[in-house]
Amino acid sequence: MKRFFCCLLILGIFLGFAPAFGEDTIKIGALFSVTGPASFLGEPEKNTALMLQEQINARGGVLGKKIEIVIYDDETDVNKAVLAADKLLKRDNVIAVVGPTTSGNTFAIEEKFEKANIPLISCAAAEKIVKPVKKWIFKTPQSDRYAAIKILKHIKERKFSKIAIITVSDGFGQAGREVLKEVAPTLGLEIVADEVYGPKDTDMTAQLTKIKNTPAQAIVCWGTNPGPAVIAKNRVQLGIQTPLYMSHGVASPKFIELSGSASEGILLPAGRLIVADEIPDKHPQKPVLVKYIKDYETKFKSPISTFGGHAWDAIMLVVKAIEMGRSAKPADIRANLEKIRNFVGTGGVFNFSPEDHNGLDERAFEMVVIQKGDWKLVK
Amino acid sequence: MELASYFQLLLSGITVGSIYGLTALGFTIIFNTTGIINFAQGEFVMLGGMLAVFALKGFKLGVLPSIFISVVVTTIIGAAIERITIRPVRGGAVLNLIIATIGVSIFIRGVIMFVFGKDTYGFPQFTGDIPLTFWGVAIMPQSLWVIAVTVLLLLWLFFFFKKTIFGKAMLACSHDRKASYLVGISVNKMVLASFAISALVGAIGGAILTPITLTSYDVGIMLGLKGFSACIIGGLGNPFGAAFGGIILGILESFGAGLISSAYKDAFAFFILLVLLFFRPTGLLGLSKIERV
Repeated sequence: MKRFFCCLLILGIFLGFAPAFGEDTIKIGALFSVTGPASFLGEPEKNTALMLQEQINARGGVLGKKIEIVIYDDETDVNKAVLAADKLLKRDNVIAVVGPTTSGNTFAIEEKFEKANIPLISCAAAEKIVKPVKKWIFKTPQSDRYAAIKILKHIKERKFSKIAIITVSDGFGQAGREVLKEVAPTLGLEIVADEVYGPKDTDMTAQLTKIKNTPAQAIVCWGTNPGPAVIAKNRVQLGIQTPLYMSHGVASPKFIELSGSASEGILLPAGRLIVADEIPDKHPQKPVLVKYIKDYETKFKSPISTFGGHAWDAIMLVVKAIEMGRSAKPADIRANLEKIRNFVGTGGVFNFSPEDHNGLDERAFEMVVIQKGDWKLVK
Repeated sequence: MELASYFQLLLSGITVGSIYGLTALGFTIIFNTTGIINFAQGEFVMLGGMLAVFALKGFKLGVLPSIFISVVVTTIIGAAIERITIRPVRGGAVLNLIIATIGVSIFIRGVIMFVFGKDTYGFPQFTGDIPLTFWGVAIMPQSLWVIAVTVLLLLWLFFFFKKTIFGKAMLACSHDRKASYLVGISVNKMVLASFAISALVGAIGGAILTPITLTSYDVGIMLGLKGFSACIIGGLGNPFGAAFGGIILGILESFGAGLISSAYKDAFAFFILLVLLFFRPTGLLGLSKIERV
């Protein structure tokens, strides 16, 4: 008899209390590369998630329930990302997941989310995440394509017609190279030099010498630190006057620190977060950016980065979708994400649709120029 | 392409090549004494750069004191590595010792990553960052520093191994450990010295390279690999061969990137390395081993 009551009690815990506990919190999963090579992206994302959880709960939660963000660190490792995704889906029973940080990890786990019917809002940039559109997969960072279009249009406006491109031989650089080669001809720009360098190369004067001997009127470099800093220095060394455009991959103060005076005059497309104090007050993103920067910098005592903003957008979009549908069911969140229009985030103004799971275009970028070691908006 | 561009490619090649050559020198010293390839050599170069950056930023020291401190600390680390990891297994096969150095390199990389993080750091150029231009060929003053220091270290090592009794004693150890022991050479001391000296050379290299190449916890892998290739090209064990091999490798990469395609730059350099290994396994300046029967 005793045993029977014991069983009943245990059964009761599972049947009765567990759902009751699940009722008053909304569990959102998060998967970031907090350590490992991509930690410079993942760390601010994790900080942002913790900060938002605190802020949202302080103002009374979502639909009157507290939110709980379950954060896992994938250590920038594909295998760890897959394991963590399984944990989030099967053990934590989250209603939606934000992250992962890197494109590779997103590709590795997206299939699981399609099968489990749980929305995934990635913080990684690759365009292939949302192209072709997958039912349950969204992303917040601006696609590389729009950064490339922004750069090429700017070059076009300056009445240039011949460009040289120099790209890093990793996933980011080669994706950029493909987009540049695809978009340039449509704008009437001719690529007269197509150079590549290794992620760990320490000298690019050979490639730049080759570019110097072509009639290129602008150079577009596509890479992440430290390569572009070396290219900036080599360009000054070789006395090349041709304007140099960088990708949004180096839109962080680290690039200016590494390239020093050689960064002067370099142009790049960037999200508005790094030039928040310069954008006009009437811009819809201004209040969101100013508040996020102030909150983040007072809480973590470290400078803001664009990447934390991707997590801000992802989490707030989920919250918005829940509030829109007054439901925290994964299927309703997914359906409502697609209905979100004019959502003002840190990365831009999002307009989702069943055909567009990123919701941003080239208007999410501003052209900035580096002057005296700081970013200046190109008017 | 104009003539000046060819010279520019050549000069770029020599600059990058002396970086490889400088790393390669360190391999030579330990190989000459112990017959092992120290795969932690790249890590010495990384330590030289990272510790100098840390001394400069953390303790606000000047450029020269920072480099001095990083070189001294790295030399001590080099000696400690020998004492802690190599000496206890010294009786083992050469292969075991080589694997021990791989372990050491992973350990050092991990510790530095943990302590200083994964960021890339720069270091100010010693004599300004205005390039010098001769007949349309531009070079950074720092590159001249690298080339000059490589030449100086090379001459010193040559003198050390050929003319000093200490250097000769170290060479003797690699040829025949037991015989050296019998004539009264303290083999342990020589091996310890070889690690310390190669750490010293690596650290000096790392500190003067950092203004050009920038540094982070993982630069040692690539530099170690290229330095090792330079050794193979030039012939293992010969300091001149190491430096020469480095410069050949640098020039090949530079012309490969400038004239053929930068996408195949590394492939090009390693292709030459493979060809060389097929046809001249002892390296360009290495002598084939003659066994007396």
